[in-house]
Amino acid sequence: MESVLGRYRNLIVLVGVLFAQVLGLAIQVKRTTPSEPTRLIRIWAIGSVTPLEKALVWAQTSTSNIWHNYFYLRGVRAENRALKAEIERMSLDRVRISQDADQAHRLQALLGFKEQFISQTMAAQVIGGSGSELSRSVFIDKGSRDGVKPDMAVITADGIVGKVLHVYRATSEVLLINDQSSGVGAILDQTRLQGILNGTAAGELVLGRVMSDETVPPGEMVLTSGGDGIFPKGLPIGKVSKITPGSDLFLNIQVRPAADLSRLEEVLVVTKIDERQARPDQTGAARAIDILAARLPGVPSKPENITKAAASGTVPAPGSVTTKAAAAAAGAPATGAPKTAHPATPGSDAQSKPKAKPPEAAASNGATAARSAPNPDSPTGDSSGPPSASKATAATLSPTPVKTMPVKTTPGKTLADPKPPSDSPDAPH
Amino acid sequence: MAITYTSGEQVEVYRFSIPATVLIPLAAVFLQAFLPLRFPFFLIFDLPLLVVIGFATARRNPLAGLLTGSLIGIMQDALTHQPIGLYGISKTVVGFGASSLGIKLDVENAGARFLITIFFYVVHEVVYFMIARGLVGMHMAWSWPHELLSGVANAVLGVLVFMLLDRVKQRT
Repeated sequence: MESVLGRYRNLIVLVGVLFAQVLGLAIQVKRTTPSEPTRLIRIWAIGSVTPLEKALVWAQTSTSNIWHNYFYLRGVRAENRALKAEIERMSLDRVRISQDADQAHRLQALLGFKEQFISQTMAAQVIGGSGSELSRSVFIDKGSRDGVKPDMAVITADGIVGKVLHVYRATSEVLLINDQSSGVGAILDQTRLQGILNGTAAGELVLGRVMSDETVPPGEMVLTSGGDGIFPKGLPIGKVSKITPGSDLFLNIQVRPAADLSRLEEVLVVTKIDERQARPDQTGAARAIDILAARLPGVPSKPENITKAAASGTVPAPGSVTTKAAAAAAGAPATGAPKTAHPATPGSDAQSKPKAKPPEAAASNGATAARSAPNPDSPTGDSSGPPSASKATAATLSPTPVKTMPVKTTPGKTLADPKPPSDSPDAPH
Repeated sequence: MAITYTSGEQVEVYRFSIPATVLIPLAAVFLQAFLPLRFPFFLIFDLPLLVVIGFATARRNPLAGLLTGSLIGIMQDALTHQPIGLYGISKTVVGFGASSLGIKLDVENAGARFLITIFFYVVHEVVYFMIARGLVGMHMAWSWPHELLSGVANAVLGVLVFMLLDRVKQRT
């Protein structure tokens, strides 16, 4: 027996070592969460490799900074000129984009959308990789002590990079989007088709789950859809590079990543994402008159006090000075006509200088006056308006301030901008 | 190129100092993780595998070979997000095979080293592929041209690595 063991000692040890590793592998595959022994092995391995990587990266960065900051200044002036020109061009773009964004926000608010915002990021340096073609991940120099947590999104200025997979004390492992175990919710920019972006064993990005009868043009931008719960919506992923019919009902869309995943140096870890209800903007709901004013030069612009009122999101307090003063100035009777003021004219102070207007005119502008400037200091007046007054008038005479609600009722109109019935005394003439 | 069959008494057995035994594999794993970030083409190489083959053929001890392969492979596994054991098992097999072959063959010249590196690179990839597909369920595609090309590239680098290892190995 001993001679057999001695003779086949090497083979027995080989089988034993292989068996132990296969067993360990099987246990890891079966478990969904990493076990403590494997985590310990990873901590030891990473702890022995990453300090050296950090030191090398630091030395490399320092040398590079010295070179670029002190010695390589040739061409800075020309670059400065080019950058200034680019800033001017971007400023023009910004105005256009800002208008588009405002419009989008208004529409989102109407539909009750919730928006996601990247509110906090942390810059991190890529210090190493896995060193394997089949495991596309990198290590960054920020870990749990810096506030990094698993499943945080990692991005660059060009596009998304991946998500935090494992977090250690001073380092974290980031799973790149081109790893075969990665999946990102994606949407095509123009066609708005949604799919799931997966990595392949060869390190390519493939957008799946797009039906084969759809038409996807090459070069179309692919963005995050926000459906994965990791990446906020609208971040660039890459561009469609090749489209082939898949084996089943879906297209096989290859995507060229926007960020250069093979040469990552610095990345941003998204440490905080805010989610809030979309709001049009801080100036409140748009009034029809304001929209008209923007388009027709003859229509007076919104006075300052109305702007403030809209910003506070309230309609005028009942019995406000504006209302009473206007009514008094117009000589309107206490009953029989709505107690409303005509809209303040530009440059005038409606509270201090109410302008006289005929009762008809005052009545005709009742709906507008319902949205006139609030007066928080005004006393709560008596609501002596007629019971048949329109809703707008009723809102004016309501004892408590009413918040403007930009809820869409009919296309182009909001509850804050109700159209009085034609037979109402508030109906515009 | 001379691959000659030798008896156990004819072959020379080498050993490595403790610092070399510890630091060389560590350096190989480190470089494997670090260099591809700067030079993406370096992913085609498997530096830890070359060290395993170099150690195994120099020591000519199957036990030492398989244990060295196992430890280096597990360390390499620890830097990936895959389950630990994929590289471990592959390099255990290679370590055992290379040291066993080192007993039988003279692998002191560059030609022999070139050929056995290609051979063991392919063995390594086959074992890895089988375990990854069969046990872990990873989706992998096998490409002979890619594997052979990688094998040749690794063999070229391997000859250089073995020359460096020759400088630190000690005759027993």
